[in-house]
Amino acid sequence: MRRKMIGLTLLLLVGYVLAGLVMEMPPVGSPDAPAYTRTIPRYLSRSVEDTGAMNIVASIILDYRAYDTLGEATVLFTAALAILAVTGGDEE
Amino acid sequence: MTEDIIVKTSARLMTPFIQMFGLYVIFHGHLTPGGGFQGGAIIGASMILLAVVYGLEEGEKRLGHDASTVLESSTLFYALIGLIGIAAGYSFLANRVAGIPVGTPGALFSGGAIFAINIVVGLKVASTGKTLFYALSREERP
Amino acid sequence: MIWILDLLLLLFLVVCAIEVMRTRDLLSAVIIFSSYSLVMAIVWQQLNAPDIAITEAAVGAGITTMLFVAAISKTSRWEE
Repeated sequence: MRRKMIGLTLLLLVGYVLAGLVMEMPPVGSPDAPAYTRTIPRYLSRSVEDTGAMNIVASIILDYRAYDTLGEATVLFTAALAILAVTGGDEE
Repeated sequence: MTEDIIVKTSARLMTPFIQMFGLYVIFHGHLTPGGGFQGGAIIGASMILLAVVYGLEEGEKRLGHDASTVLESSTLFYALIGLIGIAAGYSFLANRVAGIPVGTPGALFSGGAIFAINIVVGLKVASTGKTLFYALSREERP
Repeated sequence: MIWILDLLLLLFLVVCAIEVMRTRDLLSAVIIFSSYSLVMAIVWQQLNAPDIAITEAAVGAGITTMLFVAAISKTSRWEE
């Protein structure tokens, strides 16, 4: 009973802190969010100078977020590997 | 494998243009919409078209299993391009700050690592599309 | 006046999605899904996202359809 009470108190405390942190976040789609006021203008204005690529989408997915694209290529590699492992690959 | 003359002829006529468009999308990935993934998917679809119309053996002659094994490993080249950034003393996959020449914006040879990564990813995705289709549609052997 | 085209495309998407769910013939479902992807590519283009439009047309309408057909040819064509 005592342990339960301690657990419940800890749960409420951590939950209160986490809920407070979430409350501090800007609402979804708010124009004042840092993503809109800082990140996007930074990419739009500096990407050509930073990467030399005219296509901003390419400069984001292959330069600023190139590590994510490496993960995506790894996912494709794993998919091919898994299909070959399941269907038997080349037996000859 | 089909015997239909219309399907065979149109596939034979269309394939070079589809593959040319795929190469265009890959090589202009840093200038126009598209990129390695999109162009590679287009080339992979053209290989699947050839395999559907002319049979798996004919497609195997165009791009053999050994060639696709090498192309599948191009994820490694991606990581090697990323290591250039570390060798220059910057973060993994650093581009301009690591001293890779980015060229004039708008030229074909610009973008530094983006150009190379586009080609690597394009080869990888084309080979993956073809490999998945072949692995799924191969005849079961006893 | 372009909103009429957008509305028709979106209606087509909804009808396609419902038909994919309703049909018992898996091969027909795959073909309907392929046309869904094709119209979805046009919708992406209308939303000013040409990168995604190319991806949707090549992967959704091309490669995924052929992979589904290959999988169906290995299993049964009719839903149990």
